Parts: sequence; C-alpha cells; structure tokens
Amino acid sequence: MSSATVERHDAAPSDTPILALDGVGKSYGNVHALRGVSLKVRQGEVTCVLGDNGAGKSTLIKIISGLHEHTDGTMTLDGAECRFPSPRAAQASGIATVYQDLALAPLMSVWRNFFLGNELRKGPFRTLDIARMKQICDEELAKMGIIIPDLDRPVGGLSGGQRQCIAIARAIYFGARVIILDEPTAALGVKQSGVVLRYIVKARDAGLGVIFITHNPHHAHLVGNHFVILKLGRVVLDAHRDELTLEQLTTEMAGGEELAELSHELRGVDPGKVVAPAEVEHGQVEAPARPDEEEPSA
Amino acid sequence: MTATATEPGRAGAARDDRVASRSLAARLLSRPEVGSLIGAIVIFLLFMAVAVPFRNIANVGTILYGASTIGIMAVPVALLMIGGEFDLSAGVAATTSGLSASLIAWNLGLNVWVGVVLALVVSVAVGAFNGWLLFKTGLPSFLVTLGTFFILQGVNLGVTRLLTGNVATADISDMDGFGSAQKVFGSEFALGPVTVKITVIYWIVLTLVAAHVLLRTRAGNWIFAVGGDAAAARAVGVPVKATKIGLFMAVGFCAWLSGMHLLFQFNTVQSGEGVGKEFIFIIAAVIGGCLLTGGYGSVVGASIGALIFGMTQLGINYAGWNPDWFKTFLGVMLVLATVVNVYVKMKADRR
Ligand SMILES: Nc1ncnc2c1ncn2[C@@H]1O[C@H](COP(=O)(O)OP(=O)(O)OP(=O)(O)O)[C@@H](O)[C@H]1O
Ligand SMILES: [Mg+2]
Repeated sequence: MSSATVERHDAAPSDTPILALDGVGKSYGNVHALRGVSLKVRQGEVTCVLGDNGAGKSTLIKIISGLHEHTDGTMTLDGAECRFPSPRAAQASGIATVYQDLALAPLMSVWRNFFLGNELRKGPFRTLDIARMKQICDEELAKMGIIIPDLDRPVGGLSGGQRQCIAIARAIYFGARVIILDEPTAALGVKQSGVVLRYIVKARDAGLGVIFITHNPHHAHLVGNHFVILKLGRVVLDAHRDELTLEQLTTEMAGGEELAELSHELRGVDPGKVVAPAEVEHGQVEAPARPDEEEPSA
Repeated sequence: MTATATEPGRAGAARDDRVASRSLAARLLSRPEVGSLIGAIVIFLLFMAVAVPFRNIANVGTILYGASTIGIMAVPVALLMIGGEFDLSAGVAATTSGLSASLIAWNLGLNVWVGVVLALVVSVAVGAFNGWLLFKTGLPSFLVTLGTFFILQGVNLGVTRLLTGNVATADISDMDGFGSAQKVFGSEFALGPVTVKITVIYWIVLTLVAAHVLLRTRAGNWIFAVGGDAAAARAVGVPVKATKIGLFMAVGFCAWLSGMHLLFQFNTVQSGEGVGKEFIFIIAAVIGGCLLTGGYGSVVGASIGALIFGMTQLGINYAGWNPDWFKTFLGVMLVLATVVNVYVKMKADRR
C-alpha cells in the first residue's frame, strides 16, 4: 500500500486535480440538497468535508461515487467533463467509497461482502478464487486491528464497528486513485479510529486522493490538507490547512457563536451532581432551551 | 500525534476468545437446504411404510419424472427468489412457449425446429420483458408478473382460438423435425429396471449448473447481493438491473425447456395449461430454504422441494388415499418445512 512516499509537505498544490466539481447542485425533488458546490480533489492530498447534519456532505460524495447524478454544474475527471451513470463506472475510474450506511449485504458472508463487485476469479471457467479471497480479506481485516474469527459468518451478525471496519478495509484495498470515506470513524473505538487515520495518511503518501468526511475537528485537523465546510448545501469555507488552526476549524464547524454559547451554557451543568432516582412520564424530560433555532432541519 | 495505538498488522489482532469455533454439524445445519432434506427423508419413510407400490424400484422413474417437471422450473425460480424477485408468470410462460412452437410450425408449415427456436426467443423475451417492466415501473415483481400472468393466460387462449378455432393446438407429430425434437425433449431410456425420462436428466444438470453458478461464480455472488440489499449491491458496483433481468431471462429459458417437453410429450398443447403451477415452483423453492425476502436460499434445496412434491403426488396415489387431499397435504408441508427451516437455522446460528 505504501509505495513511493513523495515528500511534498505543503508543496505548491499546483498540479491539476484528478477530480474537480464546478458549481455542482443536486435536487431531490423540491429539496435542494447541494447548491453551487465547487471542490478540487488532488492526488496525494486529504480533502476534509465538514458540516452539520443534513448539510449535504453525503449527497456530495454520492455524486462523486456515481450513486446519484448531479442536476447542475459540471464534474471533471482528469480535466475532461464526466458523469458517472453508476457506481461501477466510478470504480472503474479508481474511485472507492465507504458510504455512511456502509453498503453491506447483511445475509452475505464477510469475505463475499469484501469482494462484492470486485470478485477474484481463476481458471478457464472464471470460477471464484475463494481461498485467495478469504486470505486477503483476513489479512486486510487484521491490518485494521479487528478480529473476525469466521469469515463465513453473515455480516448482519457483526457489531456496528466491525461492519464499518469491513467497509473501510474494502475501500482502502480497492481504491486505486481516490478513496472517499463518509464518517468512517463514527462507530469505531479509539484504537480502530487511530488505525483509520493512519490509513488515510498512508493512502495520501501512496499518492491517492482522499476525501474524508467527519464531525470530529480533531481528526480532520490531524490529517487534512484542505478543509471544505458545507452549510445548508453551500460551501461556506474552503481553506488550506496553513490558513487555519484547530481552534478556528472547530469554531468554523460549529458555526462560530454557537460553540461559545454552548460552552457558556454547559458551564452551569455541574457534572458531579447526582439526583435521587425517579420515574418519568413519557415525554416529560424537558428539552434543553435553545434560543437560536435557525436551521430548518427536517 | 502520540503513537500509542498498535501498529496496523497482525500484532494487534489477538484471537477473540469469546467466539468458539463452530462444529461441523452446526455448519451443516445452518445450510439453507437442511429443512427440505429432513422433510424429504420423512416423506420418503412415510410412503415407504404406508404405500406398497412406493417400494417398487420401477416406480422410481415415475416419481423422478413428476419431480423433474417441477424441478426444471423450481431451480430458476429459486435463483430469482434469492435475487429478491418473484415470477408468477412462470407456469403459463411454459404453456406460451409450447403453444408458440406448435402454432408457428403448424401455421407456417415450417420444420418443427424453427418453431422450437422461435419459441425460445419468445420465452426469453417474456422473461426480459418482466425484468424491464420491473425497473421501468418500479413496482414490486409480485405485481408486475401477476400482470404478465394474466396477459399471457389471455394471449394463450385468445391466439390459440384465433389460429386453430380450438382450445388446443393441432397434433404436429407428422411434421418435419418432430422425431428428432421429440428425442431431445420427450424421450426416455431404461436404466436397469427404471425408465428414466429425459427431463430428469435436464433437471439434474440444471440443478448442478445453477448450484455451481450460485456458489462458485461472480454471477452467483451478485444474485445473493441484489436479493439481500439491492441498494448496497449497486453502491459497490454490482450491475443490479442486468443481474435481475438475467434471472428473469433464465426463468424464461427454463419455461421454454418445460414448454418443449409439454409439446413433444403430448404432441399438442392445451392453451389453458399451466395456471397454478407458478405457486408450486415457489413452494418448492421455499421448502428448499429460499427466503421470501430474498438474499438467501439454495437451488439444491429447491430441487429437493421438487422431489418432495413428486414423492407426495405419487405416494398419495400409491397409498390409495383420496387425491383430493393432495393440495391440503402440500399446504401443510409448506408451513411445516418453513417452520423447520427457520427453527433449524436459528438453532444452528446460535451454536
Ligand atoms: N434520497 C433523498 N431524498 C430526499 N432528500 C434527501 C435524500 N437524501 C438526502 N436528502 C436531503 O438532503 C440534505 C442533505 O443530506 P445529506 O445526507 O447529504 O447530509 P449530510 O451532510 O451527509 O448529513 P449527516 O452529517 O447527518 O450525514 C438533507 O436535508 C436530506 O434531508
Ligand atoms: Mg452524511
């Protein structure tokens, strides 16, 4: 996985991007999930896409991975305008994705899921090379630091984090030019999150382009070269890491004042406090007062 | 970044001692066809005990023949169900195929083989139409193929009456090519004391080929995936439409095989034939362990389901029971087999 490690710490990012979006929009009927989004993905760099729930991050990467087609704007691949009619087409261009909902078939075994759509075959009759697929799957999962003793088990019976690791290992194994990770560390333990971040760095060092979506500013700031923040379907910030500190990034992600207000508000919660046990009627837990409701989040 | 996490690699992957390795028995029991195998053995023993002619080795041929006529269709129907779809038009599609071959050859005065080949085109096209309509309308396949079922049923009756003035096709046994075609689709041979119909061979070959495709080829992987979670399958690059339409076409192909047997076994085809068969194919597939929700099942199981059907049909006869009760018996079998399937699978998964 780690080949020619090109040392180019913040070397001028002048080379042409492998993938560029220009003014891309996407409507689901009357919902305009994305509006005029421009974004560049360069090989050998990590582009972090950040934003609130429902900001349009997943919609954005679904366009890049061929799951949805954009309704406005243009997407260019290696300088030529393109549209992916299906995820298979995007994969053929070397783009592999970890979807937020993972895209695993629950009744199929671990190794079958791992190689789904990329099956290894052998012999004149092109039969599945099961032994080799199981071996590779076992090795790749071990590298992620998770143990699944029986690769013939259906993935439906695994834990959420184990499933997420399978999806991540799969994308990293098959990504040839661009790897897209949609909240890959959402369900992961501290150790596995660390492994995923290392993998992101390794993939970057190997010369791949990485798109990393996360809600964790610490993770983003550890590995990101570029930060794109979406809000209500629009890009509100597009900055290189030189232009931002972790604090600024955190503040930007939280929408500025909101974070300050939260920390001010939570100062009064008294974390050590213990309350006498009581039974509560349905729906009787009071909602925390939030004076500044500005988002029409559905 | 403080490097405390273990290096990615084997070192970090200690074995999980909470998971005991599963015994071979547990693994075998978690196969989808287990329920049908148990059912087949029970039915076999039952009729061996109560029906004297059932013990006669010469009757094996008859039982297998009954099973094969169902099995030839149960195999592709099972594949389709694993792929997450139903085909309610499968029964009448076989009749359509037989009628097409016969009517084309008779009315145009052509060699019978021309009719046979054109019938293949018609059958596969009907399958492709089902698949195309499924994706075009976005309706569940239960509805789409229910539509095709009625359409074909009407076309079968209407076209036959239009062309022959009758409800059955004319006898084509004296036409060119009939002899050779009958050898291919309707012959039989002796194997010791047992007379084996050629459909039995087709059934066994189909079962083996389909089982191989399902478990050992990429197409099989795709079939499981599109049935288990079509959206996930598409997201990782499985051509969902092509896979499903291909499955409908496979049903069409087998309907053709089945229809050709009908034609060359009886020389004529009744235009009202085949109604109700579609459920028997589905029952065989379900007894064989296919989930109605897709993504899970076995073609070997479906074939065992067809065998159960063949044994029951003749066993009831041989035992001298009133055949009126056959369908009741079938319904009870269906429910029992499904319960056993679910129960055995649950038990085996826990071990
Ligand atoms: N299939 C769909 N049909 C209609 N609306 C959709 C669909 N998918 C997403 N949306 C809408 O588009 C908007 C953006 O959704 P998206 O999934 O891209 O958000 P996100 O940024 O990934 O959020 P999260 O952080 O919660 O994953 C939301 O308002 C959502 O309701
Ligand atoms: Mg999302």
